[in-house]
Amino acid sequence: MAVRDAPPRAQRPEAPPIDRGRLGRRFWGPLRDVILDNPAVFMAGILLAMWLILSRLSPHFFTVNNLFEITVQAAVIALIAIGQTFVILSAGIDLSVGAVLAAAAVTASLVMESGYGLTAGIAAALLCGAAFGAANGVAIGVLGIPPFVATLGMMGIARGYALIVTSGIPVFTLAEGFEVLGQGRVADVVPVPTLITLALYVLGFVILSRTRLGRYTYAIGSNLQATTFSGVNVTRYLIVIYSVSGITAAVAGLIEASRIGSGQPASGVGYELDSITAVVIGGTSLFGGQGNLFASLIGALIIATLRNGLNVLGVFAFWQMVAIGAILIAAVYLDRWRRRSRGE
Amino acid sequence: MSGSTTGGPAAPEARNPGALPQAESSMLPALAVSGISKRFLGVHALNRVDFDVHHGEVHVLLGENGAGKSTLMKILSGVYARDEGRIFIDGREVEPQDPRHAQTLGISIIYQTFSQALDLSIAENLFLGREPLKPWGTIDTRKTRAMSRAALARVGLTADPDTLVKKLSIAQRQMVEIAKALTLDAQIVIMDEPTSALTDRETDRLFEIIHSLKADGRAIIYISHRLEEVARIADRVTVLRDGRAVATVAAAEVEIPRLISLMVGRDLDRAALSDQVGPRPEVLRVTGLSRAGILHGVGFSLHEGEILALAGLVGSGRTELARAVFGCDPINAGEIQVKGQVVRIDRPGDAVAHGLGFVTEDRLVSGLLMTMSTGANATLPSLRQFDALGGLFFSFARERAAAQHYIQELHVQPAAPERNVRLLSGGNQQKVVLAKWLMARSDILILDEPTQGIDVGAKEDVHRLMVEFARERRGAILLISSDLPEVLRMSDRILVMREGRIAGELERSDATQERVMNLAVGGRPRDGAAAAQPRGG
Repeated sequence: MAVRDAPPRAQRPEAPPIDRGRLGRRFWGPLRDVILDNPAVFMAGILLAMWLILSRLSPHFFTVNNLFEITVQAAVIALIAIGQTFVILSAGIDLSVGAVLAAAAVTASLVMESGYGLTAGIAAALLCGAAFGAANGVAIGVLGIPPFVATLGMMGIARGYALIVTSGIPVFTLAEGFEVLGQGRVADVVPVPTLITLALYVLGFVILSRTRLGRYTYAIGSNLQATTFSGVNVTRYLIVIYSVSGITAAVAGLIEASRIGSGQPASGVGYELDSITAVVIGGTSLFGGQGNLFASLIGALIIATLRNGLNVLGVFAFWQMVAIGAILIAAVYLDRWRRRSRGE
Repeated sequence: MSGSTTGGPAAPEARNPGALPQAESSMLPALAVSGISKRFLGVHALNRVDFDVHHGEVHVLLGENGAGKSTLMKILSGVYARDEGRIFIDGREVEPQDPRHAQTLGISIIYQTFSQALDLSIAENLFLGREPLKPWGTIDTRKTRAMSRAALARVGLTADPDTLVKKLSIAQRQMVEIAKALTLDAQIVIMDEPTSALTDRETDRLFEIIHSLKADGRAIIYISHRLEEVARIADRVTVLRDGRAVATVAAAEVEIPRLISLMVGRDLDRAALSDQVGPRPEVLRVTGLSRAGILHGVGFSLHEGEILALAGLVGSGRTELARAVFGCDPINAGEIQVKGQVVRIDRPGDAVAHGLGFVTEDRLVSGLLMTMSTGANATLPSLRQFDALGGLFFSFARERAAAQHYIQELHVQPAAPERNVRLLSGGNQQKVVLAKWLMARSDILILDEPTQGIDVGAKEDVHRLMVEFARERRGAILLISSDLPEVLRMSDRILVMREGRIAGELERSDATQERVMNLAVGGRPRDGAAAAQPRGG
């Protein structure tokens, strides 16, 4: 029989044009569509605008060296934000990443201090991160504890572990060549942390868009019950998702340790909130199921740019916190506005 | 089409005084609507409906699910704004703004799904928002309780007014709702399928109440799709079909078969499903399935190429049975066999691995990923089929092609896999859910209310797919539906559930709405009504 249930679907009810000015009508319409469909594009625009403004304000800002410096400063938060994006896409949150960063850094440091070498140190850090992440996944997926609570608990456990194994004293004896991770430059120009970050973003993007793990990550965040009912082993995938977060925190920990030349049990405090800020500024929905990994990179770069730029301009550090907080709230407001305009 | 009475709205002959026992026809109708239309997304839910009810009259509004009955009621109560048409009360034009305003206009509505505050007592619910107050402004609980007791006595409910509503059975809650409408002292009482959760005894009690309301000179609009009730209480009947009032007739002058053909717009078609040929191997056998307090030793078997309906009242355990079989809820006892093998189903993934598919009751809650594309939704259970590079990745191109293929085959509109599933109509969304399981090559489908809340065209499509799936693909379907005409039309066998047990089984050839309902509510056949029940082809 003929299909009669497809009423001629009217176009999405458009919100009345806000700006009726001549320029507004010409440019606002198409621009608005691009923003609505892709908040990452909008945030990239903001980042460029920030760079432009800062380069006008200070001659020291827009130099190759300073721009690379920004990417290095952004690297640690950007790396954590990869795993955090996986977690937030699955409608979860990972508050333990800062502590896991410290745990992984001191684990690597202790292994290297004991003379097991560079590779063993790095492997130990990654294993440590994966283990804490998997434990988060088990608490959430198997025991049914809400992500906020489970990872809040793990934050304490991981931090405590880092302090216990080091007795609270930083580990200064590291393996030969470890400093390359955080301080090295390829061809004397491109910083190694920048390259590692980029490479992991590409890998993360491929995983999210081209593998079952990625598709299920979005699906779990979009509708946990529907995903379970579709036969997906949600428990297993939650463990993997939180392990990814633990591993990227561990990589960040290695880079941080390499940059400062020691394994610090007290490092990474507050990084969980910075990483969440980066993800949210990138437009990934805290409700899960919607977002884009590269947007988190842009989010991390915006934070780093703001800090760097305000430093270059000589703005007092306390004011930087105000600025970053304001950007976060503005970004979430933008996301709400975007959803409303799309009739969600 | 059964010919003669495609009557204009509110056919004039029905207005003749003989149809009105109270002989008040000279007076203005208590409530009249004329030319009411309402469109949703361009589809007419109501199309120029005329309708009136007099004081001292019971006017039954009859129609299948989706015919527009509830929409009309919601317009009268001010929940929906109408697109066109006028409403008169005692000859005066009125404009109901919202349910509260409708109440002040003298319209009181007893809803099918009630909106009671479960954690409050009966008394608190009865007078919610209009509590009798003491002079200094606190609630006069003593008065509330006394008034509640009187109201409950009127509907024959012997519960203490302080009982919390959540402790009541569904039928008792329904009686509370009726009591509440009575306390409003409305001149126009609208009842939306009030008997769907009631037992025979409670139904009898309700009909007594209706008769006394009628004797008081109240006007009663009684919405139903149960034909046997027409003969018992109606003075006049208006049949709604696809949003039109196709006929208004005096109840005394109409035969039930004729009402049915008016309702469905054709002579009752029981032949949607061709007969099954020969014995078929069993594909699913469930024995002794129990879940504490919910399911009690349920067993059934399902065969290749068969559509088995699971009927029963809402809350009888049908959905819970489906969830238990599919591994959504834990079970205390019972065995499940798929194609002769005893299987363990601890979670939905196990069920999917054994070839089961589950179209749940609520596609928004447990069926679809509303933030994602049509294609991603359709391939969710079958993503593994598109594995590439040894399972490391999946192939975008093959996924998209497969999604496109099924979306077209199921007539999903628009046929674009990239389209966000949120932007589709209800019927199309439901087809996407079906596509999920067809792509996963499930051969046992559990469909829970698969056509609820979708329009007539999509419903036909879903029915067509079911027939195709069972008869051509040799799949098996377990159909849960509260839509009795659908159950009768679409199933080979009918199991009726009541209170977590299988109350009985009916073969296609001897199933009637009456028999199914009697098993569902645990009543004995009513002589008069049973005789009047028509037998289709």
